[in-house]
Amino acid sequence: MSKNYVTMAHGSGGLETEKLIDEVFATAFGNEYLSQMEDSTIVCGSHKIALTTDSFVVTPTEFPGGDIGRLCICGTVNDLLMRGAMPKYLTCGFIIEEGASIDSLKTIAQSMGETAREANVLIVAGDTKVVNGKGDIYINTTGVGFIDKEQEELGARRCEQGDCIIVSGKLGEHHAAILSSRMNIENHIQSDCAPLNQMVVALLEEKIQIHAMRDVTRGGLATILKELAVASNKNFIICEDSLPVSDTIKDFCGLLGLDPLYMGNEGKMVAIVSKNHAQRAVEIIQSSSYGHDAAIIGHIENGDGKLLMETSIGGLRNLEVLTGEGLPRIC
Amino acid sequence: MMDLSVVKKYLREYNASDIHIMEVCGSHTAAIRKLGIQSLLSEHIHLISGPGCPVCVTASSYIDKLLQLARAGKCVVTFGDLIRVMGSTSSLSIEKGRGARVEIVYSPFELVKMAKSEPNTQFIFAAIGFETTTPIYALLLEQLITENIQNVQFLTALKTMPPVIEHLCSLSAPIDGFLAPGHVSVITGSDIFLPIAKRYHLPFGVSGFLGEELLVAIYGIVKAKDKGCVMNFYPTVVQAKGNQKAQECVQKYFVKTDAAWRGMGIISDSGLKIREEYNIYDAGSADLIEDKKSNQACRCDEVLMGKISPIQCPLYKKVCNPLNPQGACMVSSEGSCHAYYTNG
Amino acid sequence: MCVALPGKVIKLNDTDAVVDFNGNQLTAKTGLVDIQLGDYCLVHAGCILQKVEADEAKKLAALMEEIEAFT
Repeated sequence: MSKNYVTMAHGSGGLETEKLIDEVFATAFGNEYLSQMEDSTIVCGSHKIALTTDSFVVTPTEFPGGDIGRLCICGTVNDLLMRGAMPKYLTCGFIIEEGASIDSLKTIAQSMGETAREANVLIVAGDTKVVNGKGDIYINTTGVGFIDKEQEELGARRCEQGDCIIVSGKLGEHHAAILSSRMNIENHIQSDCAPLNQMVVALLEEKIQIHAMRDVTRGGLATILKELAVASNKNFIICEDSLPVSDTIKDFCGLLGLDPLYMGNEGKMVAIVSKNHAQRAVEIIQSSSYGHDAAIIGHIENGDGKLLMETSIGGLRNLEVLTGEGLPRIC
Repeated sequence: MMDLSVVKKYLREYNASDIHIMEVCGSHTAAIRKLGIQSLLSEHIHLISGPGCPVCVTASSYIDKLLQLARAGKCVVTFGDLIRVMGSTSSLSIEKGRGARVEIVYSPFELVKMAKSEPNTQFIFAAIGFETTTPIYALLLEQLITENIQNVQFLTALKTMPPVIEHLCSLSAPIDGFLAPGHVSVITGSDIFLPIAKRYHLPFGVSGFLGEELLVAIYGIVKAKDKGCVMNFYPTVVQAKGNQKAQECVQKYFVKTDAAWRGMGIISDSGLKIREEYNIYDAGSADLIEDKKSNQACRCDEVLMGKISPIQCPLYKKVCNPLNPQGACMVSSEGSCHAYYTNG
Repeated sequence: MCVALPGKVIKLNDTDAVVDFNGNQLTAKTGLVDIQLGDYCLVHAGCILQKVEADEAKKLAALMEEIEAFT
């Protein structure tokens, strides 16, 4: 890896991204809020509010199952939900390269409107810049959500021995949908891009003992769980046979030498729930939109930040965060 | 079919003399790690990763030549694995960041469309691989010739397995058996390992890539210790004589040559190059034998030969990791050191 | 050594086949193997390497018997 140039691996959500954030941004403007490295940050005001920001640079801007418009709302909404905050307001900033079609912009804006309505959020501020280029479109959304002052904060620090690890559905679908068109592989894989309001609200209303939630985005489930294991200083143990993965995704990965554990989603979450509430939590998620394939995939033990998986053959595999871009390999 | 629980019990409880089994297939390295196979074996059964990853055994001078072509304005087309491998000072990934044109493909045949749509661009395919992939290059070359496509060339670093296996055996490395490469054997046939098996009294087990297939093959090798034999545990796709149509296609366009194996030096007749009469399709593959270690303390060569395990390399985890790889074994996701690091 | 997967041939012409892998379809070259519609085949880097002979269980069983005879 070059020390002086940004490479694509810096954008993968894995080890290189972490290093870039650490060395460039945290060094320059780190603080106690940023250093928690949760999906959004809780600060005080007259209510407790959660804040988050995300930028969206996916190409192509339209893909099976969604587009960058739907993605930029879901990504930020879900980051707020993962801290137990109710998303309320979003801002959006556009950087548009000269040559982008107005019709494309209209389609994207339409998607944003529909998804915002579905997620019960209002877009209350925005900005647009146009630069030289070849017609690409980039969007940043920043989101504000509110948290009940009495609610205990969710986060890695709350994970305990005996907690169950739940995933809300099938792995790898967003990443596979994007990659399929690039690699000339035809299938019916759709991005799972979706706002998770319904399942999170249902879990909180029933006072399920959730300790932490994370959405399973770039870097994949293994990266997210490993980060949680390290941040909580616990061992996370999962079972390969419990992982919800479609046969189509399995073979897609088999063709390209990829691993579903490291493929990103955009409409799935991991919930760390106390043992006694885990089964009920799964039922709640399964009866919500986008949660039909939810499953308990493992549990937490006291330890030192390992992520271990019992494989389908009964072996034990140690998992680390994603390194590199997760490019298809052949040889 | 054998009851897997019987196989697992035997392997877990094996208590006889220590046995070292080498696998020489990058996909086997990855599968063994992903499935946690070592955790199912007794402490007396040792799996060693040999030179089975074509990315790992490619000499640094090959990468340097590829980068030279990229900097000269050619479009380098490659499989994904090669993109982060360091030559003596740079990599395709770094050059791409600096503006060179590097395209990643799933199949070399995508070149045909690319070449036709850009007749003024010179395309170079980074043609590395073992016997599994070489027939594909042969078929592609045939298509380029037939359709008179003149703006595609190959930079080749093609290698064959039996010479390097023979080389390892001749060094008297502590190996008691081989997990033979599954997909190489599809093309070559399992019989290709018989002469070596008999000469050195070593069992070879041709294996697939599923957990069950690997365990049964390891079981067979352990049971057949000291017997010079080849056992085919992958008969659904591997035959004794292999795919003869593919072999003939390769012979039509390629000829044996000496090859440089990163960290091991030159092994005679262990490579393939494009035949003289089709030389216009070669981008300068001859004499790419120089191999410079980017870190002199790197012991990839000993890891590749199975002499040491990654954890015995002084750089492993201390200096060398996937973010800061010192040698090819850490760069490639099928390299032994990378597999150890990411899967424990 | 190389990433390859078995799939089913669902379309065929002189030089190419469309192969289905549990809902993923790609075009693979047929120049190295004589293949028929409906056959299962092993595909690597966009090329069919070999036909999959499903009925090999007997050969494997025979091999396992031989191995049990080793001391």
